[in-house]
Amino acid sequence: MFGFILRRLGLLIPTFIGVSLVAFFFIRLLPGDPVLLLAGERGISPERYAELMHRFGFDLPLWKQFIYYFGDLMHGDFGTSISTKKPIFTEFFTLFPATLELSICAVIFAVVLGVPAGVIAAVKRNSWFDHTAMATALVGYSMPIFWWALLLIIVFSGTLGWTPVSGRISLMFFFPKVTGFMLIDSLLSGKAGAFQSAASHLILPTIVLGTIPLAVIARQTRSAMLEVLGEDYIRTARAKGLSPFRVVAVHALRNALIPVITTIGLQIGVLMAGAILTETIFSWPGVGKWMVDSIFRRDYPAVQGGLVLIALIVMGVNLVVDMLYGLVNPKIRHQR
Amino acid sequence: MPILEISNLSVDFRTVGGQFRAVDGVSMAVEPGEIVSIVGESGSGKSVSMLALMGLLPWTATITADRMMFDGRDLLTISPRERRRIIGNDLAMIFQEPMSSLNPCYTVGWQIGEVLKVHLGLNKRARRDRTVELLELVGIPSAAERLDTFPHQMSGGMNQRVMIAMAIACNPKLLIADEPTTALDVTIQAQILDLLAKLQRETGMALVLITHDMGVVAETANRVSVQYAGQKVEEQPVSELFADPHHPYTAALLSALPERATTRRLPSIAGVVPGQYDRPAGCLFSPRCSFVTERCVDKAPVTQGEAAGYALCHYPLSHGKPVGHPGPAAILDRRLSA
Ligand SMILES: Nc1ncnc2c1ncn2[C@@H]1O[C@H](COP(=O)(O)OP(=O)(O)O)[C@@H](O)[C@H]1O
Ligand code: SF4
Ligand SMILES: [Mg+2]
Repeated sequence: MFGFILRRLGLLIPTFIGVSLVAFFFIRLLPGDPVLLLAGERGISPERYAELMHRFGFDLPLWKQFIYYFGDLMHGDFGTSISTKKPIFTEFFTLFPATLELSICAVIFAVVLGVPAGVIAAVKRNSWFDHTAMATALVGYSMPIFWWALLLIIVFSGTLGWTPVSGRISLMFFFPKVTGFMLIDSLLSGKAGAFQSAASHLILPTIVLGTIPLAVIARQTRSAMLEVLGEDYIRTARAKGLSPFRVVAVHALRNALIPVITTIGLQIGVLMAGAILTETIFSWPGVGKWMVDSIFRRDYPAVQGGLVLIALIVMGVNLVVDMLYGLVNPKIRHQR
Repeated sequence: MPILEISNLSVDFRTVGGQFRAVDGVSMAVEPGEIVSIVGESGSGKSVSMLALMGLLPWTATITADRMMFDGRDLLTISPRERRRIIGNDLAMIFQEPMSSLNPCYTVGWQIGEVLKVHLGLNKRARRDRTVELLELVGIPSAAERLDTFPHQMSGGMNQRVMIAMAIACNPKLLIADEPTTALDVTIQAQILDLLAKLQRETGMALVLITHDMGVVAETANRVSVQYAGQKVEEQPVSELFADPHHPYTAALLSALPERATTRRLPSIAGVVPGQYDRPAGCLFSPRCSFVTERCVDKAPVTQGEAAGYALCHYPLSHGKPVGHPGPAAILDRRLSA
């Protein structure tokens, strides 16, 4: 297991270099000038422009800029935002809890609904439940996030007025940040109604962000379950006189979850991409929205640093998922 | 009174190609403490008939029988819940593929303990003690240390021993062993069979042994039932069957068996067991039988009496001679035309 982790960490190095390269060149490929955008509509004198270009190092040749940027990365310096003048690292991790909270809620939403739906669909194969659930999953998977979010907003926020449209909590509530997780902080604040407000703000973004993972997990669970239910050891479990529930929940599910966990791990990257859209639509103050804003400002350091940080997090999560995989699958655990 | 009594059992599968009769009117009775062997080539319905008894067939199967009694219980009318109290407890079964028959996610100790918990309600401590005892009983060395091993960490032979330990955990009255050694190395096969025979002797349970191995039949069984294409074609006590087979299929099996066999597997007879799409009209063995006549092709035979080994044949053999057969001239050479 230890050797396995080391090997996986070794694999991260080329990935890390690749991501830094892509992040660096991606933002510079976009037309637009960070300093001009920073100056805004008031305009800027040529002297001031040259001075700023020099201060940010944008006057250097591209390869030199990259060397400096990469050298800083190696020292754990992710750069400084040119629009807020704050270190990217601080900026990122101030906003990250909001993204994490939303992502965790979305994953929980997807797993809690997707796994049971997949299991029931497999056990009651070809039933109306199976057909309905799988058709719904296909629709959920193919639906554009933007459109789906707007539809939910129109129905639940507009017509029904049940849920707020944007933000993390009502502006009425103000309390110190402790964990950065609004659900927890609102509880800690002891203010009446704060938690309810935070929770109601989470509902629609969670559904929007969790829909694609939910569809993927439901379909994957169903197919894994169908395969497992045909295995010899399931016949053995039934031959032992176990109840159908025990056969499914204890003997089949554990085996079916092995591929499902991999799927969930792979969904983390998809989730990050989805978070960018979802946060923008719901004005959710997380790193996704911050990335989009930074791209619009052509804040080169913020975009490249942010992308590298996101990539590091996705890689870290995948590593954890792989270890989790070893925990549920004894075969893997002993190979390593 | 027999512990198991099956009369006229048929199993039909609903398949994309229509109904398929995998088991066709099979009857058998097993007395307490008796070893009955079922032999027959692959696809003869041996497994399906026993799975029908256990209630382990998929929903595509339709089971019909005149009688299916186990230990005074009617398995035809029993509720699923009642049946679950019997199987794994008084009626247990082990399978052909030990490597895939155990759950890869749980330790062998846990999997054996589960039966003890579900059927006997033993507590954790008692389960552990009994599991170690069972593992010792099936000849697994340093049993206590094996409790926490996973199936993939052990050999096929060891896994089959675990399966046997699990099956006998509740002292079953009848154990069904479905080709328990077919998937194992030759050297291990004998060990597993010796183990089954030993456990049968010591516990006095009845044993239904499905096998390909005529040598095993001769050594272990009291009685033999020969199955072909879903039908029981002959049934005799073992010594009588070897001395005087009454069905041409049995005779062919035995005559193809070399005197000092290098392989003790079921010898091969030209042709294969008919499947779903090539079932002959009359006698199912007619395409491969060396006594086949016009009558065999046209009309399905009926089961003969006990004296003729319940042979399902128009001309049951008596010391190698087909009784009532019209003579060599009437024999069709179907094997050439087929
Ligand atoms: N679930 C099933 N659906 C359709 N046909 C089946 C099924 N299980 C077994 N059969 C068919 O029933 C016949 C008997 O199978 P089986 O009892 O496994 O033979 P064997 O004597 O080798 O144990 C075979 O032709 C097999 O293809
Ligand atoms: S009925 Fe005819 S074909 Fe069938 S086994 Fe007897 S002799 Fe052979
Ligand atoms: Mg079989």
